[in-house]
Amino acid sequence: MASFWSLWVIILTAVTIVGITWILFANRKREQQPQEKTTGHVYDGIEEYDNPLPAWWFYMFLITILFGVGYLIVYPGMGNFPGLLGWTQVDQHDREVTTAEEKYRDMRDRYLALPVEEIAGDPKVRKMGMRLFGNNCAQCHGADAKGAYGFPNLTDDDWIYGGDPATIKATLINGRRAAMPAWGDILGDQGVSESTEYLLALNGRDVDDAKASAGEKHFKTYCAACHGADGTGNPALGAPNLTNGIWLYGGTREQIAHTLRAGRNGVMPAFDKTLSEDKIHILTAYVYSLSQ
Amino acid sequence: MSDQDRIDLQDVAPAEVAELDLYQRREKIYTRKIEGYFQRVRLYTGWPLLLGYFLLPWLDWEGRQAVLFDLPERKFYILGLVFWPQDFPMLAFLLIIAAFGLFAVTTVAGRIWCGYTCPQTVWTSIFMWLEQKTEGSRNQRIKLDKAPWSLEKLVRKVAKHGSWLFVGFATGLTFVGYFYPIKTLVPDLANLQASGWAVFWIFFFTVATYANAGWMREQVCKYMCPYARFQSVMFDQDTLIVSYDQKRGEPRGSRKRSAKLEELNLGECIDCELCSQVCPTGIDIRNGLQYECIGCALCIDACNSVMDKMQYPRGLIRYTSEHELQGGTTHWLRPRIIGYVVVLCLMVGVFWYNMLTRVPLELTAIRDRNQLYTTTDSGAIDNIYTLQLVNMHPDSHEFEISISGIDGAKIIGDTHYRLDGGEVRSITLRVRAEPETLDKPSTQLDFKAVASDLPSLQASSESRFMKPL
Repeated sequence: MASFWSLWVIILTAVTIVGITWILFANRKREQQPQEKTTGHVYDGIEEYDNPLPAWWFYMFLITILFGVGYLIVYPGMGNFPGLLGWTQVDQHDREVTTAEEKYRDMRDRYLALPVEEIAGDPKVRKMGMRLFGNNCAQCHGADAKGAYGFPNLTDDDWIYGGDPATIKATLINGRRAAMPAWGDILGDQGVSESTEYLLALNGRDVDDAKASAGEKHFKTYCAACHGADGTGNPALGAPNLTNGIWLYGGTREQIAHTLRAGRNGVMPAFDKTLSEDKIHILTAYVYSLSQ
Repeated sequence: MSDQDRIDLQDVAPAEVAELDLYQRREKIYTRKIEGYFQRVRLYTGWPLLLGYFLLPWLDWEGRQAVLFDLPERKFYILGLVFWPQDFPMLAFLLIIAAFGLFAVTTVAGRIWCGYTCPQTVWTSIFMWLEQKTEGSRNQRIKLDKAPWSLEKLVRKVAKHGSWLFVGFATGLTFVGYFYPIKTLVPDLANLQASGWAVFWIFFFTVATYANAGWMREQVCKYMCPYARFQSVMFDQDTLIVSYDQKRGEPRGSRKRSAKLEELNLGECIDCELCSQVCPTGIDIRNGLQYECIGCALCIDACNSVMDKMQYPRGLIRYTSEHELQGGTTHWLRPRIIGYVVVLCLMVGVFWYNMLTRVPLELTAIRDRNQLYTTTDSGAIDNIYTLQLVNMHPDSHEFEISISGIDGAKIIGDTHYRLDGGEVRSITLRVRAEPETLDKPSTQLDFKAVASDLPSLQASSESRFMKPL
């Protein structure tokens, strides 16, 4: 326990306290200069009386020294000695967190007992949810939850895995790992370009018709298995709807081609370890309310 | 041996060197009661302030306490005004004006703050008065302290300390009443339902009042108060001080009352030491201007009462200035005073102007930083913002949010919000702009919030709009 630095601190502290006490007592007595009322120093013609200090100062000094000694016995300060009370910063923080959790758990548990659809309209739930969202979700999905490059818009009707409360909650608890394979090697540059045209055609964009029909063949071979024959997606697999003009990674030719070539492995973190059950319930209600 | 050869014996043994303690117990000061002109002035200035202190928390204003410093809600209510934490600079400015005003007063009239209005002096005077009533006059008190314990001594001491504690309790309770609505505090205390912290602070201020006014008294003025230490810096030759007129008074000495002053070789001071007996800081003002003197003018009243009895003119100890004592006249209007007054007027004017033009609405725009920007499918650029709108107005209003600074930029999200009086709302929205309208990667974007029914209630916040480099 007593490492070098611990001993260093202990010795310095102890020596200082003893030293201060000695200074206090050593200066108490002084000789009475018979006719001298001043200290003897002269500054710019100004002299200083040598009046006694109030006795209560002495007692104040003494009390502070005793307090310091008592404090160091009871709390940590002398090197690695933990103090008789065993107080630590971590303990204090944990106790505060526990107290706060206790305080708010009752409130959140009341909502936990009710289904998400019922509490989604409650303004208090919305406020709590907004704050939870701001702390945990806004960094990726944006403060207004309308998403950004690679992070879905949570306010629209387009859900990759499903937008019902149970699925939203499952997404929050377990997270998600997208698995769009890389088709670059299989399709080759020509194939990627043709498939891109077909996808754009599905969305009603201006395309090169010849390329698009070639792309349709590629689609039926490789893409329909996950994204559905008509391209409207499969929430069970997490395959997005490719026909509604909503592009998670961008809808330009270059961006769609890149997705096809390199694949996508988007990650939604799992929040079961970070957030308690009641918080996830409220967050689910909030996210659900955004799309209603 | 002849006389010239004699050498007188000299004692060469070293004198006994006495030992002194660096710290010395103070001698208890027994003040003598005196009445007079300045003590009446003190009553007229002191009582309104005391009544103000004790009665103000009981005043109501539009359903709430008129003067309330609501710390948990972070709002200070002073009559019709509500101060939020955002108004803290105003409070700081007000305190600066008050301090500057005090310095101006000190330059003109010396330590009249100390002598007449300082709470330490006011409460000490109250406690001294209670001491007079319970333990008697100065001589009676000195005798009582020397006497052995008896029933009478016990009763008197208990009465004194009891009355002191009572005043201390009333003071502490009232003080806490400025922070915890006093009309609920008193019943809560009676029903033992007051919060632990309220009880603690009442207890703390009771003990502090009792200790400061009952025991510490002049020790606060002599050793604890910072104003006492630096007030003399503002003095000059024309500042009013309480002083003994040495030219008139010296040489001092007692004499028969019937003796004529012109025939004696004495000054007007009869050395009755009444001035020292009434002094609450235990000094002798005849020694000259001392830093312990709080300017309470008790010695003036004491001396004047003696001068009256001796039928000498009043004013042997009086309010005067160094200049006047040296034979000149006090210059009231000097450059320093004019300077102080001008600066004070300026500061008060600025403060007043700020108070009148204060808009009780605050808007802060915070841009999302994780996603600096996001591109839409059409190629437009989106930036996401969180706006905090604080409606410090007591009424509810509908506010409209608008932007300016970028051609054609649009808000994606609601632009109308209704906020209650005193509500703080977080609003998230997106701003969309075409890249052609942005020539720099970071462009200034201004947000404005205006109350639809009160156009003067508006606030703006500057932010930035980012686009890809």
